[in-house]
Amino acid sequence: MDYYKKRTLDFAKSFVLEGYTVAGPKENDGRYKGFFDFALEDDMFGQNTFERAERKMFEHAIEGAIAKANLDDVDVDAVIAGDLLNQIVSASFAAKKNHAGFLGIYNACATFVESLIIGSAMLNNGLENVVCAAGSHFSTAERQYRYPLELGVLRSPVTQWTATGVGATVLSNKQTGKLPRITRATLGRVIDYGVMDVNNMGAAMAPSACDTIVTFFRDTNTKPQDYDVIYTGDLGKLGSDILMDLTRQEGFDVSAQLHDCGASLYWDEQQTYQGGSGAACSALVFNSVLLGRIRRGEYKKILLAGTGALMSPTTSFQGDSIPAITHLVEVSA
Amino acid sequence: MDTFLMFVKAFLVGGGICLIGQIIINFTHLTNGKLLVLFLIAGAVLEGFGLYGKLVEFAGAGASVPISGFGYALVRGAVLAAKQDGVYGALTGGLSACATGVSIAIISGYLVAVLFRPRTKKK
Amino acid sequence: MEAKSEITRENYKSYVFEKMPKSSHWKNMIWAFLIGGTICAIGQGFIELYSLWFNLQDASVLASGTLVFVAAVLTGFGVYDQIGRFAGAGSTIPITGFSNAVVSPALEFRAEGYVYGVGAKMFLVAGPVIVNGVTISVIVALITLIFGG
Repeated sequence: MDYYKKRTLDFAKSFVLEGYTVAGPKENDGRYKGFFDFALEDDMFGQNTFERAERKMFEHAIEGAIAKANLDDVDVDAVIAGDLLNQIVSASFAAKKNHAGFLGIYNACATFVESLIIGSAMLNNGLENVVCAAGSHFSTAERQYRYPLELGVLRSPVTQWTATGVGATVLSNKQTGKLPRITRATLGRVIDYGVMDVNNMGAAMAPSACDTIVTFFRDTNTKPQDYDVIYTGDLGKLGSDILMDLTRQEGFDVSAQLHDCGASLYWDEQQTYQGGSGAACSALVFNSVLLGRIRRGEYKKILLAGTGALMSPTTSFQGDSIPAITHLVEVSA
Repeated sequence: MDTFLMFVKAFLVGGGICLIGQIIINFTHLTNGKLLVLFLIAGAVLEGFGLYGKLVEFAGAGASVPISGFGYALVRGAVLAAKQDGVYGALTGGLSACATGVSIAIISGYLVAVLFRPRTKKK
Repeated sequence: MEAKSEITRENYKSYVFEKMPKSSHWKNMIWAFLIGGTICAIGQGFIELYSLWFNLQDASVLASGTLVFVAAVLTGFGVYDQIGRFAGAGSTIPITGFSNAVVSPALEFRAEGYVYGVGAKMFLVAGPVIVNGVTISVIVALITLIFGG
C-alpha cells in the first residue's frame, strides 16, 4: 500500500453539543431499539412520496438537534448536510427552513463523517455552532440505485439493506462543561480495487477503509489498542472481515476493536444479509449510541470511519468498477 | 387422463426452463433484465429453426408461459405473416401475435399504478 | 485466520470471491423449479379452461394474458416481490415476471405523474424484452422469406 502523509488534521476546538436521530421503523425494530430520539411509525412520515418523507426526516433531525442543544435557529452558523439522492435534494430542500449557511456535501455513505470534518474545520476558523447531518431512506435509495420496490428479485447474500434515518450533530467551538470532542481526522482518498459487483459494496469499500485507518495510525503514531472501539460506517459483515485481513497485512490488528455501524444496526432475523448500508448508518449509530457511551464514560477514545462507495447506476451500466472513500474522525471524551 | 398428463408436462418443462435460468443466475450473477432478454432470444432463435413450436405442442403452457414462449410467439407470428404478405407481414406479424399479452400488461400496469401505492419492503 | 498470500490490488477480486458467502445454490434451484413449474401448470389450467370456448391458439394467448393480469394485481398488493425473493428465476422467467417488470416501475414512478412517471418508466425493465423481441422476430421472418424457409 502506498503511504502518503499530510492527510491527518488536528482540531483544537470542536465540541459535540448534542446529537439527534430520526430512525425508520425497521431500524427501530433492530438492535438499537429505543436509542433513537424519534422513530417513524411508517416510513412515509405522513408525506405522499418517499422523497418528501426523507426531506421531512432531515428537517426534523436538524430542528431536533438544535432544540436539544438549547440553541435557536439563529445561533447556528452553518448546516453541513448530505444524502444519497441525485443533486442532494433531501438535505438541500430541508435547509430551506434554516437561517444558517448551507453546504450540501456528497461522499455517499461517508457523508456524515465528511460533514463532521468540514464542520470541525470551520469551528477552528471562526464559526461558533454548526450542524452536521446525513441520512438515507431505503425506498428512495432502492429505486435510484437498484430496482423498483415491487420487482421480484432474488437478493444476493452479499447485499446490504439501505437504512432509513437521519442523524444530526451540533458542534460548537466553546467548551461548556464536559463535552466529547472531535480531536483529529484523516481525510480519505478515492481508492478503486476493481470490484464490479454493485451488490458487494463491502468488498469495494474495505481497501479504502484500510488505507484511511492505517494512514491515521501512522500519521499519529497510535495503534488500535489506544482506542476503545473503532466503528466503520457500512462495510457489512463481509467487508469488516476483509478489512481485518487487509489491516493485519499492514501490521495493525483491529479485530478486537472493530465494529460496523451498518452490520450492528439490525438483528439477523430482519434478513438484511450483510447488515445496513447508506449514509444513515454512521449518522444513526454515532448520534444515538456512541455519543451516549462516550458521555457516560464507557468509552474514552473512539474512531469513527465513514465508508462510501462512489458509483452511480450510470457508471455501473457503463462497466466501470466501484471507487470508494473513507473519512475518519477521532472522538475523545 | 390426457389433461392430467398435460399438467404434469407443463409443470416439468416450465419448471425445467426456470431451473436453467436459476443455474445461469447462480453462476453468472446476470441481472433480471438480461436474463429475460436471453431467454426471449433463445425462444426466438429456437423457433427460427422450427424447434420451439414442437416443445409448445408437447408441453403446452410449460413452454408458452416462460418468456422464451414470448419470443417464440413473436417469431412464429412474424414468419407466418411473412409467408402470406412478404416483407409487410414480417414487419407486422410479430407484434400482432403478441398484441394481447402486451396490451394486457400495459393496461393492468396503468390500472395498478392508479389504484395502488408503492409500499416499502419489510424484508 | 491468517491470509495465506498477500492481498494486492491485482489478486483482490479472486480473494473477495473466495471470501464471499455462497448463496445456497440447491435451495435456489429447487425453489425456481417448483415455483416456475407451478406457474406454468396454472397457465395450463387456464388453457384447458379457455379451450372449452376457443381454439387452442387463442386459448393459449388468453391464458398468458390472464397470468399477466393476475401477476399485475399481485404486484399491486406487494405479494409478487415477496415470491421473487426466494423463487428467483422461477418467478422472473414466466410471463408473470414480465408483467411484474412492467407493473412495478409503473407503480413506483406514479409520483412523477402519468406522463413522465407511469408512461415513461413503465418499460424501464421490460422495454429491452419488447425491443429485442420485435427486432429478432423481424430478422428471423426476413431470413425465412429470403431463404424460402
